[in-house]
Amino acid sequence: MDDGLYQIWVYLSTTPLLGLTVTLVAYQTGMWIYTRAGLHPLLNPVLIAVVLLVGLLMVTGTEYRTYFDGAQFVHFMLGPATVALAVPLYQQFQKVRRSFALILVAVLSGSATAALSAIGVAWALGASRETLLSLAPKSVTAPIAMGIAEATGGVPSLTAVLVILTGILGAVLGTWTLNALRIKDWRARGLAMGTASHGIGTARALQVNEVAGAFASLAMGLNGLATAILLPLILGLIF
Amino acid sequence: MTLGFITWLLVFQLLGEVISKGLDLPLPGPVVGMALLFLGLVFRGELPDGLKDTAGGLLKHLSLLFVPAGVGVMMHLHLLKDEWQPISAALVVSTVLTIAVSALVMVGLSKLFGSDPKGGDMTDG
Repeated sequence: MDDGLYQIWVYLSTTPLLGLTVTLVAYQTGMWIYTRAGLHPLLNPVLIAVVLLVGLLMVTGTEYRTYFDGAQFVHFMLGPATVALAVPLYQQFQKVRRSFALILVAVLSGSATAALSAIGVAWALGASRETLLSLAPKSVTAPIAMGIAEATGGVPSLTAVLVILTGILGAVLGTWTLNALRIKDWRARGLAMGTASHGIGTARALQVNEVAGAFASLAMGLNGLATAILLPLILGLIF
Repeated sequence: MTLGFITWLLVFQLLGEVISKGLDLPLPGPVVGMALLFLGLVFRGELPDGLKDTAGGLLKHLSLLFVPAGVGVMMHLHLLKDEWQPISAALVVSTVLTIAVSALVMVGLSKLFGSDPKGGDMTDG
């Protein structure tokens, strides 16, 4: 690099502008690829953006701290966005009021299964405590899951990646699992997708059937709340 | 997206943080804020259009918002590298099991309580 360019790089790498801009560019690139690929779950836009950014930071030898100084402006909006999840939750709740108790029990059983089975399998195969705590909320939508990880001693950024991987797995394996069990009820199919694999599963359910999409969306919101309340109690009993 | 409703979201988040820290709850502040807003809407019995639009605008790009935190995984790549086997086994088993259990419980309960399997009362409105 010649000296002039190097001076510009030194200047830019100390301002928030660069971190913010590369975050948006990486996300748009991810969205572009995802849309081009016909919304295939394996080409998740967030995963693409994260891989691109981690690669960029490593190649340029930039520290995560430096990047986050800029990207924190995007990160800050997670809080109000989490609060805003109350709106779709309320909209779906209105539609299923009369059957709400059944739905709640089904989501609670899914919520407990998700956390306990993930902890159990990883523990049996020798995962560290840090990993176990980061895995526990992986079926919950990322903004809530990261908050839970932070409150329970996990690693929020590891949780974010595990959440995305869980979403992709649910979207890819969900139809196969539900068909193998001969579940034909669209409500149950949607509810299962939303409970196990949050927004990514919900998007998949919506592509297939409208009723399934609505139930997935409701289940995703409920599972977020349920896991936030139950997981600290479950972890308290185990650890 | 209106400024007024953005302010309401921040007020609920702030309330959530205060309650969560004040009562020393293990719940994240924004989740408490979400629960409060949900209860508020249930009691009010109606969703203001402006709030619907503001929330919709914010949630449309929800996945962008967790990119910066996700990049932080670069500080923990050693965990993924050393423990990829227990992690991938846990993710696959737990995801399939969770889908199976929640779908079966939902179907079982619907049969027990005689609710229409095609949707019926649960999908209208």
